Amino acid sequence: MNAYWYCLQGIVQREWLRFVLQRSRFFSALVRPLLWLLVFAAGFRAALGIAIIAPYDTYITYETYIVPGLACMILLFNGMQGSLSMVYDREMGSMRVLLTSPLPRAFLLASKLLAIALISLLQVYAFLAIAWLYGVQPPIWGLLSALPALLLVALLLSALGLLLSNGIRQLENFAGVMNFVIFPLFFLSSALYPLWKMREANEWLYWLCALNPFTHAVELVRFALYQRLSLSALLICLGLTALFAVLAVLTFNPQHAALRRAN
Amino acid sequence: MNALEVSALGFAYGARQALQGIGFSVAPGTFAALLGPNGAGKSTLIALLTRLYDLQQGDIQVMGCSLRQQPRQALRQLGVVFQKSTLDLDLSVEQNLRYHAALHGLAKPLAHARIDEELARQQLGERRHDKVRDLNGGHRRRVEIARALLHRPRLLLLDEASAGLDPASRLALNQHVRQLCRDEGLAVLWTTHLLDEVQASDQLLILNRGRLVAQGLASQIGADDASLAATFARLTTCEARA
Repeated sequence: MNAYWYCLQGIVQREWLRFVLQRSRFFSALVRPLLWLLVFAAGFRAALGIAIIAPYDTYITYETYIVPGLACMILLFNGMQGSLSMVYDREMGSMRVLLTSPLPRAFLLASKLLAIALISLLQVYAFLAIAWLYGVQPPIWGLLSALPALLLVALLLSALGLLLSNGIRQLENFAGVMNFVIFPLFFLSSALYPLWKMREANEWLYWLCALNPFTHAVELVRFALYQRLSLSALLICLGLTALFAVLAVLTFNPQHAALRRAN
Repeated sequence: MNALEVSALGFAYGARQALQGIGFSVAPGTFAALLGPNGAGKSTLIALLTRLYDLQQGDIQVMGCSLRQQPRQALRQLGVVFQKSTLDLDLSVEQNLRYHAALHGLAKPLAHARIDEELARQQLGERRHDKVRDLNGGHRRRVEIARALLHRPRLLLLDEASAGLDPASRLALNQHVRQLCRDEGLAVLWTTHLLDEVQASDQLLILNRGRLVAQGLASQIGADDASLAATFARLTTCEARA
């Protein structure tokens, strides 16, 4: 059992070292949501009135509404960036070092997902700290109760990223992920607008948003930040994390890329 | 017990048969040179030996452990240096080695002691805090060998490890691995397409178009460098024509 623990520590430590070496990655991960919070939200505050909806007990500002969605945006981009690093590692060969470990492949990949998720959490809390200073202040204990929710969402999105990376043949194809995965997931969710607002605009859009896994991730975090539990969001996120992780492990095979090239 | 036992190994990329009926063994303390032109199937063989690819036909045993049935036990006995460098260039020598030790489940104090030992043996103690990016090709290869030996494998696989090195570094690397083989009783499988890396006392395996076309002592296959070159050319050219 100790071997597993040392291995997990090693993988997390490597992700941490790479993160520290790539400081620009940290700042760019923060700039994106901060732009939304400080610029976009300020502009739309007047245009978009938010009714009292759970988990909020009173009227809230638009900035308050979008903070959970922006926290999840960080996790979404990091999850996809994690998958980009998997594709990069695969192309550069360093993935081979991981795969020649005697420990089970599923464990190695799960450790890698956890490492990516933990690094993402640091960035989320840095963002929440800035948002706090800006005036978006969820209950202080909410920041703590949101931790497991954020970790679950980070794992969910990292597993999705790994699953996608298994289907990407070359690093260059990753741009497609941005257009066809990240943007639709984010914009067709409750991150920026409540679902009832979507329904007012268009019934189809509403259903697309309601079925989007990212919506449930955002709602799980939103409720957790206010020390409430959205059971349906939790179950959906747990189920999808397990599904994506299992599929990612099953479809992860360095041999597939070679066979695809040969065919 | 042989360090490596390969039997009836076959592998196909879809309809294209890359390896067929490969069988050989390498005893502990033996330096085996796997020689073959580009495209002979050496990299596919290494991918199978390291479990990067799943076995399709035949079996591989490392120190008696079947890669098919006991992959974890087999991989524990295996050290690998891949053709393309797999070091993380932005991390230091020591950080790279620590990562590898962790992947093999070594506890920190043990990993630290082994890293000290291997770096000293590779004469890289002074460079342990240097980033790998700052090392030359020969030193990077030495780091990879140190890394491959950290978990004390009984079989060392080197896939064209001398590729891209200048002649002096190439010779030094080859001699260094031979010494490990002699001193530690390590079995070595050294793949190459360069004949001058083979010595008369080596166990020689010649691979061409996915088949093992010759195996035995290098001195038996070719009495000297010239006849070895001629034999290699004849075996690989004839097969290619066929």
